[in-house]
Amino acid sequence: MKIEEICRLLNAKLLTGQELLDREVFSACASDLMSDILSYVKNQTVLLTGLTNAHVIKMAEILEVTAIVFVGGRMPANEVVDMARKMGVVVLVTEYTMYEACGRLYSAGLPGCTREL
Amino acid sequence: MGGNNRSIEQVFYIKAGDFASAGEASSQIKKTLKQLGVDSGVVRRATIAAYEAEMNLIIHSIGGELKLKVTPETIIITAEDKGPGIPDIDLAMQEGYSTAPEIARELGFGAGMGLPNIKRNADRLNIQSKVGEGTLVEIYFDIKAR
Repeated sequence: MKIEEICRLLNAKLLTGQELLDREVFSACASDLMSDILSYVKNQTVLLTGLTNAHVIKMAEILEVTAIVFVGGRMPANEVVDMARKMGVVVLVTEYTMYEACGRLYSAGLPGCTREL
Repeated sequence: MGGNNRSIEQVFYIKAGDFASAGEASSQIKKTLKQLGVDSGVVRRATIAAYEAEMNLIIHSIGGELKLKVTPETIIITAEDKGPGIPDIDLAMQEGYSTAPEIARELGFGAGMGLPNIKRNADRLNIQSKVGEGTLVEIYFDIKAR
């Protein structure tokens, strides 16, 4: 699924990454726990989270997350957005809550990151 | 002297409670491994493990060292501190068990997945700890023959 479509499905505001909208992701991971994110995120993943601190961006860089969606309308601080811009991570903000944002992406066919069941 | 037996070593000093610099050592480790041309899957696993180890030093130790050693066959990431030590390693290895303080949890850390996540990403793991003396975590990754 292209970032562009995620943006549309979540009626999201794009904070960084205008030029990266045609990038493709193959899975999504949603959590407010850093360690969950670290254990589940795969390659070319979109991360949905309610955490807006700078650690999320650093972790996104380490994991090479393609895009971060801040749910529930949580706006990150300007320096957090600047960091993401420098690292080439797309940042979106959606008014949908975590549950609804995940539901919308999942019903549109974007799978999760669960390890083999 | 050929290039075959060369090994490199990098040492990072990690301060207790220094959340502002968290992740910098791991980012540098990632950069180094990429420059060395290590397989991207191995780089990913090693970087995730390094990051968890770095966070553990910041959250749980009184400060310590994160070390990267790369030989032609193996990547070894070592986290070593002078305390306080882990009373029960088996318990610490359980997913969800955590002794992280509130300040770490507020940032989203301390979910009790750190050591299990290191183990999952590593090819081999060695943990030694003694209360009052310190902890040594050695994380091994095999470099696939290219």
